[in-house]
Amino acid sequence: MDRAERNAIFLAVGLLAFFFGLIVYAARGLKIDLPTCITDVQPFKTGQLIQHAPDRYELHVVARMWFFDMNKGQTYVELPRGSVVDIYLTSADVVHGFHINDTNVNLMAIPGTVNYARVKFDNPGEYHIVCHEFCGIGHQDMAAKILVK
Amino acid sequence: MSAGIRFILISEIVIPILLLIFGVYHGVLQVLYRAGIINASSVLGIDYYQGLTLHGVINVIVFTTIFIVAFGNGIVLYLLKKPLRGWSQWTSWVLMIGGTLMSAWAMFTGKANVLYTFYPPLIAHWTFYFGLVLLVVGSLVPFFFDWIPNYIAWKRENPDKKMPLAVFGIFVNHILWLIMVVPVAVELIFQLIPLSLGIVTDINPLLARTLFWFFGHPVVYFWLLPAYVMLYTMLPKLISPKGKLYSDTAARLAFILFLMFSLPVGLHHQFTDPGISNSWKLIHAFFTFLVALPSMVTAFTVAASMEYSAKQEGGKGVFYWWTKLPYIRLEGDKWLFSYLFAGLVLFFIGGITGIVNASYNVNLTVHNTAYVPGHFHTTVGGLSVLAFLGMSLYMLSKLKGTEVKFKGLATLAPYIWTQGMFMFSYAMMVGGALEGFPRRTNTGLSYLNPDSPLYRPEWVGYAQLSVVGGFLLALAFVFFLISFFGTLFSSRQRNIELEYPIAEPLHDSPAPVLNNLKAWTVASVILAVLSYIPALYDTTQRGIFYNSPAYNDKSPVPIKPIKSSGLKKEEVKN
Ligand code: HEM
Ligand SMILES: [Cu+2]
Ligand SMILES: [Cu+2]
Repeated sequence: MDRAERNAIFLAVGLLAFFFGLIVYAARGLKIDLPTCITDVQPFKTGQLIQHAPDRYELHVVARMWFFDMNKGQTYVELPRGSVVDIYLTSADVVHGFHINDTNVNLMAIPGTVNYARVKFDNPGEYHIVCHEFCGIGHQDMAAKILVK
Repeated sequence: MSAGIRFILISEIVIPILLLIFGVYHGVLQVLYRAGIINASSVLGIDYYQGLTLHGVINVIVFTTIFIVAFGNGIVLYLLKKPLRGWSQWTSWVLMIGGTLMSAWAMFTGKANVLYTFYPPLIAHWTFYFGLVLLVVGSLVPFFFDWIPNYIAWKRENPDKKMPLAVFGIFVNHILWLIMVVPVAVELIFQLIPLSLGIVTDINPLLARTLFWFFGHPVVYFWLLPAYVMLYTMLPKLISPKGKLYSDTAARLAFILFLMFSLPVGLHHQFTDPGISNSWKLIHAFFTFLVALPSMVTAFTVAASMEYSAKQEGGKGVFYWWTKLPYIRLEGDKWLFSYLFAGLVLFFIGGITGIVNASYNVNLTVHNTAYVPGHFHTTVGGLSVLAFLGMSLYMLSKLKGTEVKFKGLATLAPYIWTQGMFMFSYAMMVGGALEGFPRRTNTGLSYLNPDSPLYRPEWVGYAQLSVVGGFLLALAFVFFLISFFGTLFSSRQRNIELEYPIAEPLHDSPAPVLNNLKAWTVASVILAVLSYIPALYDTTQRGIFYNSPAYNDKSPVPIKPIKSSGLKKEEVKN
């Protein structure tokens, strides 16, 4: 291998290592991490918003063909600004997606499994949620909302 | 070449292109539906999601696989100079075409609206899955019964020669294919087909997804490596008759790195899935970064080969040699350069945007948004498809014994395609990453319908730009088709000789370690298995509470109520 080629490979390795280092720092240092395996939550069949403290909530979401049960059949919930929400998500039938716009909450809802993310709503407004995994003929209508006041 | 083999090769090129006509037609419909210009759930009896299933399956499973077999057959035939066996080729042909027809029947009759990833518990008619299995089996037959025996015979006659580089790339690609189809075959044979036939009543959907992506990432390299073979071995020769590949060793190193690191990466498609520990996801993200390395090595080697070859044509200096590349040239086979070059330009974007998807937590901002199709239309819809279209036309002209017809249109097509893809992918990627524009959705019915309560005006501009891109893509494809069918229906002008413009290397070394394919294959399997044991364990043990029955896309009620896991469900207190 000649010199130019060796330099190119070193440069490529260096660049990739730098990027990967930043990712690990963001994940483990800044705690911007991916969903992991949850074993301590029993599967649930109805959506529920539970308040634990003035700004602490637990949101159980059931995705089903073709709506999100966010709270006892409702497809939207209201939260005060600044709330920290633990979101638990499952599916009652097929695979669905769950993406809250303007946040890092992007989860797959898979039947038989509970997914989890924590999010803090600092800014007031309407947060749109769409199902972004094909789940049958009603998929394009499967949306929900979080109103932060 | 016997008439039978010639018929097989020509039909393995023509049939995928015929199917691709439907694939591209529905691609154009998709951008129209998504922008709300078509405000309906179906057109001409084909539902949006049914058409999207066809678009995905035809474009990236059927078209690619059959073409790759035809290309491999051609390369092995030309470089090893040994005849292909009629019985093996016919077996492969019948399995691939029969399997395709079976799956196509299920999709066209609406019995398989499950998209090309076929995630259960949505379930298709069993013929859909069975057809795919036949297609895959058929694609492996020539590897075992023609390519390997022919290589062994060639090696006996040429004991001190290395395996020719193009054959090396083709072999690495099919070894990779052989390994990656095992997990998806397990999913199809032990989970989906039994569930579809009603032999079992429920399955574990997360396990199915994990098995699918064990196959689903490496398959993108299966589409890419044949294009790399063309870039390494043919691109220099198209630039100049004295053109050379910069380094044979670097090319082989890149292929071996792909063989090693394409497999332990599939969890990067499941970053947002539950039930799998995120430490395993991080390890797969690490290997994903490693597998970016051979593409970077390729970028260097291909650029260096282009520079060397352009300088043989009188190109000078640091930049001026760029003007000596045959961008739009009609003499001989030089038109093929435009396909590979345009593909390279798109792949440059595809590579960079792929690093974004692969970046673990950054994936949260793009997962399942339109960003993802925006990205992969510049990879598989860019370099792979352009290289395959160009090579299809090239091989067709050689097999017909004629010059390419309407060469001008054929030469312009890849540039128009690239321009269309720039606009399409820009719209999809930016709309997806910044505004959350979703993929896999007939948005025209809801989010892009001003009369709907779900209307999202911020997505309109992106959807409309993707329509403009889609039309340019269609125009490029029509140019290509005119040339392709013009060539197909023209009469013979010269001897039928299937030959390829293969360049010699500038730098070369024996590199016996790199050439030991058997050892690398074993190492690759071991690494893949090790990297998947923890994730597969997670999907079957932790975080999973019960299995799922099958559903079809039309009803929220399971096709058949569950028996076996009904018990388990009762146990769970609600
Ligand atoms: C005229 C050219 C094309 C256009 C306008 C087009 C358009 C589209 C659009 C809009 C989508 C997203 C649909 C959605 O997510 O709702 C899509 C998906 C897709 N396209 Fe294309 N496409 C074209 C050509 C191709 C080619 C040449 C390939 C591959 C060789 C390809 C492979 C795919 C795949 C694999 C998907 C994903 C399907 C899925 O999510 O299930 N497309 N295409
Ligand atoms: Cu959905
Ligand atoms: Cu991947």
